[in-house]
Amino acid sequence: MSEADRVLIKGNEAVAFGAVDAGCRCYFGYPITPQNEVPELLSSLIPENGGAFVQAESEVGAINMLLGAGACGVAAMTSSSSCGISLMQEGISYMAGSHIPGVIINMSRGGPGLGDIGPSQGDYFQAVKGGGHGDHRNLVLAPSSAQECYDFMFRAFALAFAWQNPVMILGDAIVAQIKEPVRRVPPAGTHKPEAMSDLARAWRIEGFGGRGQNAVPRLLKSVYLVEGALADRNRLLLQKYTDMRREALFDSEYTDDAELVVVAFGSIARIARSAVRRLRAEGRKVGLFRPVSLYPFPEEALRSRARGRRFLVIEQNTGQMLEDVRLALNGVSSVLWHGVMPGLFIGASELIDPILQAVKEKS
Amino acid sequence: MSQTDKRLRPRNDEKLVFDANPVLNERVTHYCPGCHHGIAHRLVSEVLHDLGVADKTILVASVGCAAFTYDYLNVDSVEAPHGRACAVATGVRRARPDAVVFTYQGDGDMAAIGIGESLHAANRGEKITAVFINNTVYGMTGGQMAPTTLLGQKTTTSKQGRSLSNEGGPIRLAEIMAQLQGVTYSARCALDSVKHVREAKKAVRVAFDAQIAGLGFSFVELLSGCPTNWHLDPVAANKRIANDMIPVFPLGVFKDVADESVEGKNV
Ligand SMILES: Cc1ncc(C[n+]2csc(CCOP(=O)(O)OP(=O)(O)O)c2C)c(N)n1
Ligand code: SF4
Repeated sequence: MSEADRVLIKGNEAVAFGAVDAGCRCYFGYPITPQNEVPELLSSLIPENGGAFVQAESEVGAINMLLGAGACGVAAMTSSSSCGISLMQEGISYMAGSHIPGVIINMSRGGPGLGDIGPSQGDYFQAVKGGGHGDHRNLVLAPSSAQECYDFMFRAFALAFAWQNPVMILGDAIVAQIKEPVRRVPPAGTHKPEAMSDLARAWRIEGFGGRGQNAVPRLLKSVYLVEGALADRNRLLLQKYTDMRREALFDSEYTDDAELVVVAFGSIARIARSAVRRLRAEGRKVGLFRPVSLYPFPEEALRSRARGRRFLVIEQNTGQMLEDVRLALNGVSSVLWHGVMPGLFIGASELIDPILQAVKEKS
Repeated sequence: MSQTDKRLRPRNDEKLVFDANPVLNERVTHYCPGCHHGIAHRLVSEVLHDLGVADKTILVASVGCAAFTYDYLNVDSVEAPHGRACAVATGVRRARPDAVVFTYQGDGDMAAIGIGESLHAANRGEKITAVFINNTVYGMTGGQMAPTTLLGQKTTTSKQGRSLSNEGGPIRLAEIMAQLQGVTYSARCALDSVKHVREAKKAVRVAFDAQIAGLGFSFVELLSGCPTNWHLDPVAANKRIANDMIPVFPLGVFKDVADESVEGKNV
């Protein structure tokens, strides 16, 4: 592939191209900064590919449209940011409870409340701990470049259909707005879009006549009132969430001989990587571990690197992924934390001191 | 047909003169005696049967007493969160342009929490049919006030009777729907008498016809009884519909773009 095959686009635009290339045929959403290029681009790309684009009346409307399209076994998505995602939580819980797939983009912004439109990782808990009511989990992927915004859309749809579950892409204002060269080529090993409708054939609603003679009606629901029925449902969901662990993804750099491993995700991981590389060049034994899937959290991979090292969690919030890192390491190694406050735009140089400080600090 | 209950079959000494259609499942009702949800289900099932479209129909079920509509109707179904049925139906319709899609919603569902989703789906002219059961209360949760509760009506959350100054007046959804450009058909019927039930079936039929013709959003409001939460016996409940509800919620067709004689056609 030559340089000419690359296009210079924003993370948001990469999401939109990735979505249609991965087979997305329905989009429902409501405007909010910093993700507006996603619906703006899809408003033409989706109809051009024979799908449906609806600007919903609200995020509540959008997520429920997604529920309806997902129930029909069609690859569908919505996108929003922080406060909009909060409004979607009821629908996400219903989708999880009803085994309905769908992809939800959260290009998160500073909060709580209206906050600002700058970058933040303050939605980590909401994304990875369920977010909506009841015991449910979303599969969550955190891109850190425009290329990953494109590539992860394929993975997101494949996961949504494989697990019949909501999948969230958790980005932020940086990865949404960053403009970089992107190869618009489906990543190796990804499903063909048609494979998704094949997977859905076993459960989707379509009118029972679509399934031939003697077909019986299907029902997708989350209500279980008979005593014990909801317990069974939750056992089934628990099993699914346990099985999902095999989807854990991460990447790491210089962790083999590192004394201190920085743990960071998304845009901040990218900035932290620059800082780590700079310190390596100076001979400091630091490394980087980046969870790519935030749920399932790559805890085994992290644990396997635990012995003899210390960890520094760097995230743009007031301490959220920190809890998962501590749980994964479970007292085996010490875990330090450096928070970048939501809304700030920082560079790698601003992480050098906190990392050096952590290198020095003996616990 | 699952859930078949043999007790519903005639005994040897009985002659079957009236039977359910295959779209309506045979099962023991979970509705209270005198409740009109059962009649409304029957009307919908007969229309889907008459039109021969049950096998390509998708029901979007709501919450409230009618949450379990899918247990009675022999069609593919999906459950929507409270009030969001028209948004879910939008997604279903856009994903499956060839299906027949309808929602079945109570007044708490459609006129309160879900009025936004309902009006916007209607305004977009989504090719879906909404069957709206107006019984002036929240039935399932125990008789609380609904947006359709009549002025002066006592409910568990309007113990002195609904007042205009405190709670506002009853919302007339059929009239509101008729004003939206995307709506092709809007009618209000009642289920209190044989005559009205017949008219209701006609309205449900026209509403589905309009959807199948691809004209836009169609809406049928059915004034229904909730004897349990009205604290009335079924006969008295029917009388209440005739005497108290119909004067506030007039019956009729408020919009029918396919019928030139209907006023409001070009709203
Ligand atoms: C978000 C949410 N809020 C509240 C409820 C509780 N709830 C269930 S049914 C219902 C009222 C339904 O009333 P209506 O739509 O009039 O139906 P009916 O029971 O009268 O048939 C309410 C408030 C809920 N299920 N979800
Ligand atoms: S509570 Fe009212 S609406 Fe619900 S089943 Fe009983 S009579 Fe019908």
